[in-house]
Amino acid sequence: MPEGIASQGIGASVRRKEDRRFLIGKGKYTDDINRAGQLHVYFLRSPVAFADIVSIDKERAEKASGVIAILTGEDVAADNLGGPICGWAPTNKDGSAPSEPPHPILANGRVRYVGDHVAAVFAETLEEATSAAELIDVVYSEMPAITDLKTAMDQPQIHDGMEQNTYFDWELGNEAAVNDAFDRAETIVNVHIRNNRVIPNAMEPRAAVAEYDKGDARYTLFTTSQNPQLTRLVIGAFMLNIPESKLRVVAPDVGGGFGSKIYVYPEEAVCVWASKKLGRAIKWTADRTQAFLGDAHGRDHISEVKLALDKNKKIIGLRVDTLANLGAYLSAFAMVTPTYLHGTLLSGVYDIPAIYTNVKGICTNTVNVDAYRGAGRPEATYLLERTMDVAAKQVGMDPAEFRRLNFIPKDAFPYQTALALQYDVGDYEPLLDRAMAMIDYKNFESRRAKSAKDGKCRGIGISTYIEACGIAPSAVVGALGGRVGLYESAIVRVEPTGTISVLTGTHSHGQGHDTTFAQLVCDKLGVDIEAVEIVHGDSDRTAFGMGTYGSRSLAVGGTAISKALDKVIAKGKIIAAHMLEADDADIEFKDGKFTVAGTDREKSFGEIALSAYVPHNFPHDRLEPGLEETAFYDPANFTYPAGTHIAEVEIDPSTGVVELVDWVCCDDFGNLINPMVVEGQVHGGIAQGVGQALYEEAAYDDNGQLLSASYMDYCMPRADNFPSLKVQNLVTACTHNDLGVKGCGEAGAIASPPALINAVVNALSPLGVTDITMPATPEKVWRAIQDAQTKAAE
Amino acid sequence: MYSTKYVKARDIDDAVKALKSADDGKFLAGGMTLIPTLKQRLANPDCLVDLSACGLSSIDDEGSAIRIGAMTRHVDVAESALVQKAIPALTHLAAHIGDRQVRNRGTIGGSLANNDPAACYPAALLALGGTVHTQSRSIAAEDYFDGMFETALEEDEIIHAVSLPKPEKAAYVKFPNPASRYAMVGVFVAKFADGVRVAVTGAGEDGVFRAHDLEAALNANFSADAIADGMVSSDGLMSDIHASADYRAHLIGEMTRRAVNACT
Repeated sequence: MPEGIASQGIGASVRRKEDRRFLIGKGKYTDDINRAGQLHVYFLRSPVAFADIVSIDKERAEKASGVIAILTGEDVAADNLGGPICGWAPTNKDGSAPSEPPHPILANGRVRYVGDHVAAVFAETLEEATSAAELIDVVYSEMPAITDLKTAMDQPQIHDGMEQNTYFDWELGNEAAVNDAFDRAETIVNVHIRNNRVIPNAMEPRAAVAEYDKGDARYTLFTTSQNPQLTRLVIGAFMLNIPESKLRVVAPDVGGGFGSKIYVYPEEAVCVWASKKLGRAIKWTADRTQAFLGDAHGRDHISEVKLALDKNKKIIGLRVDTLANLGAYLSAFAMVTPTYLHGTLLSGVYDIPAIYTNVKGICTNTVNVDAYRGAGRPEATYLLERTMDVAAKQVGMDPAEFRRLNFIPKDAFPYQTALALQYDVGDYEPLLDRAMAMIDYKNFESRRAKSAKDGKCRGIGISTYIEACGIAPSAVVGALGGRVGLYESAIVRVEPTGTISVLTGTHSHGQGHDTTFAQLVCDKLGVDIEAVEIVHGDSDRTAFGMGTYGSRSLAVGGTAISKALDKVIAKGKIIAAHMLEADDADIEFKDGKFTVAGTDREKSFGEIALSAYVPHNFPHDRLEPGLEETAFYDPANFTYPAGTHIAEVEIDPSTGVVELVDWVCCDDFGNLINPMVVEGQVHGGIAQGVGQALYEEAAYDDNGQLLSASYMDYCMPRADNFPSLKVQNLVTACTHNDLGVKGCGEAGAIASPPALINAVVNALSPLGVTDITMPATPEKVWRAIQDAQTKAAE
Repeated sequence: MYSTKYVKARDIDDAVKALKSADDGKFLAGGMTLIPTLKQRLANPDCLVDLSACGLSSIDDEGSAIRIGAMTRHVDVAESALVQKAIPALTHLAAHIGDRQVRNRGTIGGSLANNDPAACYPAALLALGGTVHTQSRSIAAEDYFDGMFETALEEDEIIHAVSLPKPEKAAYVKFPNPASRYAMVGVFVAKFADGVRVAVTGAGEDGVFRAHDLEAALNANFSADAIADGMVSSDGLMSDIHASADYRAHLIGEMTRRAVNACT
């Protein structure tokens, strides 16, 4: 293979192909798309958290300049439209089905959170639509808002017929075995955990442009989606009753998602609906305020954790009881996130024989909560890794050594956890050892002493995480209440001149697929990366695929591409055998050339491609023209990335300000396709996790008003909050996909919050502080110090 | 935003005339607060009178004070050798307002006219005992601030310039709100021959204020050690999701200590 091409294959840090168009301002986002005669829609949102709608007077607004129509919940009901659906429904512990109250795309008679959609105003310009919305007179009959997760179950019903404001009450594991473990325990560790609510804040807000073509009776929706094929299925089949073949969904360049663009929201469906009803294309782009009030939030759990240790300080049992705030309506994956993506991960990287967990999904008058980078796994990792630190302190062990003692040993794989998952492969001690070496763990106390001389409190914190990604085997998903399959599709289309288009069912919104997927092709076919085009995001072009989330794109989508490439090579061999007048079985493919084994007779990949489309003498009884192959890949198992992150912080006790001074990690993502892209993903994930741990909080007041609904009040992490992050990798290859890859998109966000908080608590522990909740804001840290000093003085 | 009329005034008289002919006009300086407010539809003026061509950008040495034109941008103050020599604390303050974009548009007059309770310049004006000059009068700092977003300015009164006396030494130390990076507590300490003045921004329910207890302590002993814990009362301080009044009170003491140590 020419050297240039070898440097583009698997393992090469190829610069991102897509960055060219982004850097020259030629990315194509939904808001860049305009259709002739388009109307703009403005959504009038509820200013109150919980109220019956007494009346909506839209007469004045309808007469306002430029207004074409105003649609409300009554119109939705009259057209018999469905609402967003739930993609995964776990069974209650008593065997019953969870409660799935209806979610009309425009509120019908009742609003349930500040931001709920009350009316859609369509006008010639956005200004006109916005101004007209101010003329709509809505009379609300307010009820007390229910926002407190702890007490919501005791409050009046938010949805008629839903008892105790509880969507579901789910359990997993062996409660009797756990009770027995606690009976035998030498040490019992109790930890109260709050996982704060955060807001996704993708750089690009959600947007939609919909149009209806009267000629072929077909809709097109351009939208900010992580999974356009799913969006088409949900809007077509479940919400608007449009045959899938009559709805094209295109997700062009998308500026970040972090989960929030998986789900179908009311706005996109309203645009599609109105495009036919009003006979005009419809455009909607959320502003930042709408993003705060409308995009599904993340996390928001309260957990009580109990850990049982035997006399050797080995963990013998774990019990976790969790309340998960899911907001006013069920978002698509709201129910699976705190259950199967959370409860199943509670064993972490530890050998725990008995685990039981109960999770209740709670309804409140707040924005819907759904999967957010990591989805359930950050919540599980946070509570477990905080508990490991508390336990280590309680039994007087170094937190690293306590973890090491309880690691699943290297020779125990495949390892069956007490919670349904089977980890295929892993080796956790080298990851811990490497990270400890990277940060010079053994000399930490001298750094602590040096900081103390400057009046600063220095702390170090470890997180040894695991996650389950590469979502997911369809059979497992189905058995656990999933209503979808989670395979992935790939079409590899070799064109006559030898260029290659790969059509993938995944979607890239920052992950770098244009580059990394092309590297798979370079590696297998020996072609130049510039000859490869990755096509995604258009339901008319790609095969049905499930999109991008759960760090699945490479492990599932990449494997599908790999399998389609294998089929291309197999077909190429048959063509080559025909051209070289050899036996199919004698053809070898290597370095971009088909060769008759043991001879110098060969055909280049380009010659084979051309001949596939100029098949002048093909034997049509055994050889079809063309060189295009499709593969659907359904994984055999989740993949299990793991690693160690270690944070070092310095705290100014006079203000409570936490400064992150060092961060190291050693991750095992299996084989790496592009180490530079992996490092970027890890950096972003860590920043997001540190954001949650130090800065971010979706704060509601008692009336259900979101207090942190702008960047004036919602604190995002910024570049100057970070030291240079040190990222390394070790590899145990995934055993069940062709590429040996695991996935890296979420790991940083999963691993980092407990490392940070463990470091903060470690820094303050000499002062007597034992816990701090996220986010560790300056005031919270300062107050913890004051309280500990007051207590010490007593 | 709502549609509105835009007028670029040629001079102060022209600006006042334009404002008077509007029903609900607003002067537009750098626009760093007003424009976002308009975009959020939180204000609906029928006319914006842009002051940028009124010739109000200047920095002059008046001997015992420096005089800064109202439309002087933060970046111009931050980069002024004159300011750096006369009141380096002011250079530091101007160089740390908002971000580069804000500093390239925002003006000292706009900041003082708006009197955001978390803005930095009000602390400088009050601590330095400055004077606000308008087309009709000069207003002492003590008489100028009138509670959050309120000042002594009349509706059609335009700040021409501010005079800021040169202190023996001074410093401004800000504890930024982590989200907005406005001052959550900002303390300007200025030492003059006739005493110490301490002004606090970001913390007071009525906007910027002088901390008389701290001034008394520093007049007795101009040293960080003079500021004892608990010297600042939380009465009258803001409480919000970022900081309680108690924490702000603590930070005022802490930032004052730091300012005293940083005084040059």
